[in-house]
Amino acid sequence: MTPGRAEAVAVGASAGALEALSAILPGLPADYPLPVFVVVHLPPDRESLMARLLQDSCRIKIREAEDKEAIEPGTVYVAPPDYHLLIEPDRRLSLSSEEPVLFSRPSIDVMFETAAEAYGPGLVGVVLTGANSDGARGLRAIRAAGGSGLVQRPDAATASAMPRAALEACPDALALTLQEIAEHLRGMVASR
Amino acid sequence: MAEAVEDIEFRLLLEAVFRKYHYDFRGYSTASLKRRLRQARERMNCSSFSQLQDRVLHDPSAFPELISFLTVQVSELFRDPAYFRAIRERVVPYLRTYPSLKVWVAGCSAGEEVYSLAILFREEGLEDRTMLYGTDINPEALRRAEAGVYELDRIPSFTENHRLSGGKSSLSDYYTAAYGGAVFDKSLRRRAVFSDHSLAADQVFAEVQLVSCRNVLIYFDRPLQDRAIGLFKDSLSRKGFLGLGAKESLRFSSHADGFETFDQAERIYRKRGDA
Ligand SMILES: C[S@@+](CC[C@H](N)C(=O)[O-])C[C@H]1O[C@@H](n2cnc3c(N)ncnc32)[C@H](O)[C@@H]1O
Repeated sequence: MTPGRAEAVAVGASAGALEALSAILPGLPADYPLPVFVVVHLPPDRESLMARLLQDSCRIKIREAEDKEAIEPGTVYVAPPDYHLLIEPDRRLSLSSEEPVLFSRPSIDVMFETAAEAYGPGLVGVVLTGANSDGARGLRAIRAAGGSGLVQRPDAATASAMPRAALEACPDALALTLQEIAEHLRGMVASR
Repeated sequence: MAEAVEDIEFRLLLEAVFRKYHYDFRGYSTASLKRRLRQARERMNCSSFSQLQDRVLHDPSAFPELISFLTVQVSELFRDPAYFRAIRERVVPYLRTYPSLKVWVAGCSAGEEVYSLAILFREEGLEDRTMLYGTDINPEALRRAEAGVYELDRIPSFTENHRLSGGKSSLSDYYTAAYGGAVFDKSLRRRAVFSDHSLAADQVFAEVQLVSCRNVLIYFDRPLQDRAIGLFKDSLSRKGFLGLGAKESLRFSSHADGFETFDQAERIYRKRGDA
């Protein structure tokens, strides 16, 4: 299957996430025509600083995801600490406190798999730096549903295990530097 | 695009469960429910939702197992200590003004939230005038709530939560270690009733001054969330309190007008006097 016209972007990052996201998200314009879902592994305190920290350097709106809110373009939705973020088929967000998956809550796999079902070929999955293998299974689900996969080049990542696992699961995903990922995300909507 | 076969089967399975067992999961959030049903499918060795449906319709003994996948049982004593601290410091002063109190813990799982409130109300001297109703749809969870026994390895985090909630006593005052578990004091259950009640199907059963319904609404779609919140509104007395989970709110509810925000951070609302 060839990926369709992009409708949404799903990003997963773990160790080194803030730095990696800071190299990508500031490059997106305020009127970026797609929603972006972000799962990062954080210590499970309640107050997440991630959205606020990132917002300082970004033009695109960055918010912590809320349960059952309707998904809007031009918005980055960050999973709150200690909750899974799921994408509903009617394109709303859901949160859940189900058991951690691969010791992680939020889990990148859970978000990727549900987003793949909601968006099919319209989804672009992005796996960034991390020291575990979360995201590999999810990226495979995205590819199986016809979406496309971008993976940070393991040799250029702060922690290489996660991108490496993603590439093992999806050998045909594009391995790119952060710079190239940022360009790709902008480029694929350039004609709109 | 044609509806995927699995989606058709998924809806039919929920319909079958409803018709045969009167458990209504049709208004639950799809993404999480489908994930859990896939786990059930795998663990119950079925190759499709249709096959799972066949099993559940013809073999009633398979249903309890399925229920354990359909409901999420994650809970803790004094989960989110700041919530219980807000109940203690901000809500209890109002509750003290009532000669008798009823509290409804909706979706109480294995009783963790009910025991938390029983301990808190005892510490605050309100126990004798309070009835606690813990309701859930999972029979196994209700059985465990009734027993009040938790795995010993959960006790350290319960103890820490209790302390952070402003606990005025030691949690160890309330349980004894036996049979490899922490057995909570029967006296905590003296003023507690556990019963089967579904927010998706049943009606209001009492007038209460406090409803605590945490981490249940996130598993419902918006119309079902609204049904549940409507029940809470009808059940609460004038100026009664409604506490929700850390990531739940009344923001999208058609009943939002019937409440005022009492504690934004801890998601505690208060029914308006005129609602
Ligand atoms: C994640 S637990 C929450 C436990 C506790 N309130 C807490 O916050 O720790 C959700 C509970 O809601 C129950 N539940 C699910 N659907 C329900 C319904 N329709 N009516 C009542 N309870 C329900 C489940 O069986 C489960 O025990």
